Amino acid sequence: MRKRNGFLIAGLVLTCALAALILLGFFWTPYDPNAMAAGPKFDAPSPAHWMGTDNFGRDIFSRVLKGAGTTVSIALATLLIGAVCGSLAGALTGYFGGPADEVLMRLNDALTAFPSILLALVVISILGPGSRLNVMTALGLVFIPSFARVTRTAFASLRDVNYIKSARLMGASSRRILLVHMLPNTAPVLLPALTIGFNNAVLAEASMSFLGIGATPPNASLGYMLSEAQGMLFAAPWYAAGTGLVVVLLVFSVGLLGEGLRRRDRGVL
Amino acid sequence: MECEERTDKIFTLRSPRFSEGCLLMKYALKRAAAGLATMLIVSFLTFAAFDLISGDAATAMLGTSATPERLAALRAELGLDRPLPVRYGEWLLGFFTGDLGSSTSYKQPVWDLIASKTGLTLCLSLVSFVLIAAVSIPLGVFTAGRRRFEGARTALNQLGMAVPPFFTGILLSWVFGVGLKWFTPGQFPDAGRDFAGAAVYLLFAAAALSIPRIAMTARMLRSTVQEELGKDYVRTAISRGNDRGQVLRRHVLKNALPPVVTFLAQTMAEIVAGSIVVEQVFVIPGLGQMLVTSISNRDYPVVQAIVVILAFWVVLAGTAADLINQRIDPRLRLGGAA
Repeated sequence: MRKRNGFLIAGLVLTCALAALILLGFFWTPYDPNAMAAGPKFDAPSPAHWMGTDNFGRDIFSRVLKGAGTTVSIALATLLIGAVCGSLAGALTGYFGGPADEVLMRLNDALTAFPSILLALVVISILGPGSRLNVMTALGLVFIPSFARVTRTAFASLRDVNYIKSARLMGASSRRILLVHMLPNTAPVLLPALTIGFNNAVLAEASMSFLGIGATPPNASLGYMLSEAQGMLFAAPWYAAGTGLVVVLLVFSVGLLGEGLRRRDRGVL
Repeated sequence: MECEERTDKIFTLRSPRFSEGCLLMKYALKRAAAGLATMLIVSFLTFAAFDLISGDAATAMLGTSATPERLAALRAELGLDRPLPVRYGEWLLGFFTGDLGSSTSYKQPVWDLIASKTGLTLCLSLVSFVLIAAVSIPLGVFTAGRRRFEGARTALNQLGMAVPPFFTGILLSWVFGVGLKWFTPGQFPDAGRDFAGAAVYLLFAAAALSIPRIAMTARMLRSTVQEELGKDYVRTAISRGNDRGQVLRRHVLKNALPPVVTFLAQTMAEIVAGSIVVEQVFVIPGLGQMLVTSISNRDYPVVQAIVVILAFWVVLAGTAADLINQRIDPRLRLGGAA
């Protein structure tokens, strides 16, 4: 009998709950996140203002909902760029091999040695700081190598497996082999990689905007709000606590989900 | 380097000590050369990238309405008319002689701006590194092979990885700075006058930086040791009556360590990146803070210099890890040198 996968369940529940809240935040927030004097200034958390208010009397819970939306959408865009380009490069080089594979992997080794935030900072300083699109592009580019590596390993390990060989013997095209035979079988590796990538993207985006070179107001992201909150640490510690906890909760629940996915597939692989 | 095996006569056995030492040297030299080459490539790419984007300095100085003749004259004066590799060579030479040009926003030599800050960032990185190694290695080894509370521990580990350093930093400044008043957040004491204060301050910054990496390293070490513990030689050793702890220390650790050393080198790189953020949280006047300010100011000479310094630091850590690994694991030594 199979043991219940607590990580997968807890991760799914938490992630779905957060996703629902964030989705809700796109359409409706308790107060207008940018409206001044939605309540008294520096009001401690109360039933009216769940996370209190800031120096302008803005409702922090509404701001956090909106900010989480910004952070998550940037992270998802980053993930999309990184995962699509990276997986494509990784799948092709892993399956076909050859000199292109060699060269790309060398380059990859060199790039992955460098921390993603440092690389993203370099790209950002080239593209120009302060724009949401530039943050997405910079982070997306930086996330390509790690996805390429994971995908390449997964595809390369399947290249000489018997069922792939027989598919080839039966005259299946490379595209069919890659998409129909290989891709589903690499899911156990790629799915956890996606959750890790998402977490890294959230943390990287939050760091960038914390540094003041990421998304800027009016579409403040969680990182920017934290740097704002740091200035009010004496007067409104709940601002930093609330915002930070949302970041932690977000990364934690997706991390649990990834752990659960890995555990589920440990027997399969 | 030539590594003649001493087999001049058929019956003489080759001296294992000699050839081993020789191979070691050969590998070390090879690895150092590879590291150096990487540094050159990285610095060239950085130089070229910033050269490309910073556009034409002459146009920037004279404005777009300047006549072509004046532009050409200024370019010649600034040395911008020469090919990229030549300018790179000059810049690299300047990098080692302390002449990195001058900052466009501070109107000061870049070297003067960053020289004093490099030491501080280095200090922060090293303290964090020691903290990570000192906590995560015992933690990882201790928890390996113990299955109790496995789920809770994994959850705790995930939580540790989920806390971003800037949030930990804010929490620490709130609890220990605002609450307990062990240090004043945002005011880094002058190390010359108040050494203890500066050390405490750095320690808190390092703690904020280290927590996620401690979680990652402990997890990594735990799974490597666990895998190693399941191998046949361990069972044999224990079934022969050897002490469990001794087997762990003498055999298992030796085999489990190389990937961890590599991971720690990667950690060093992540610390460098993390220090950029943590310096911002704790208002430590280091390289990271300078980098962020310079990016906002589009002060490319400074950005370029700092990026190259940080990149060198990363490559250095990677090279050191490889050298340490081949000391620990003879198989890597032979494989690497052959």
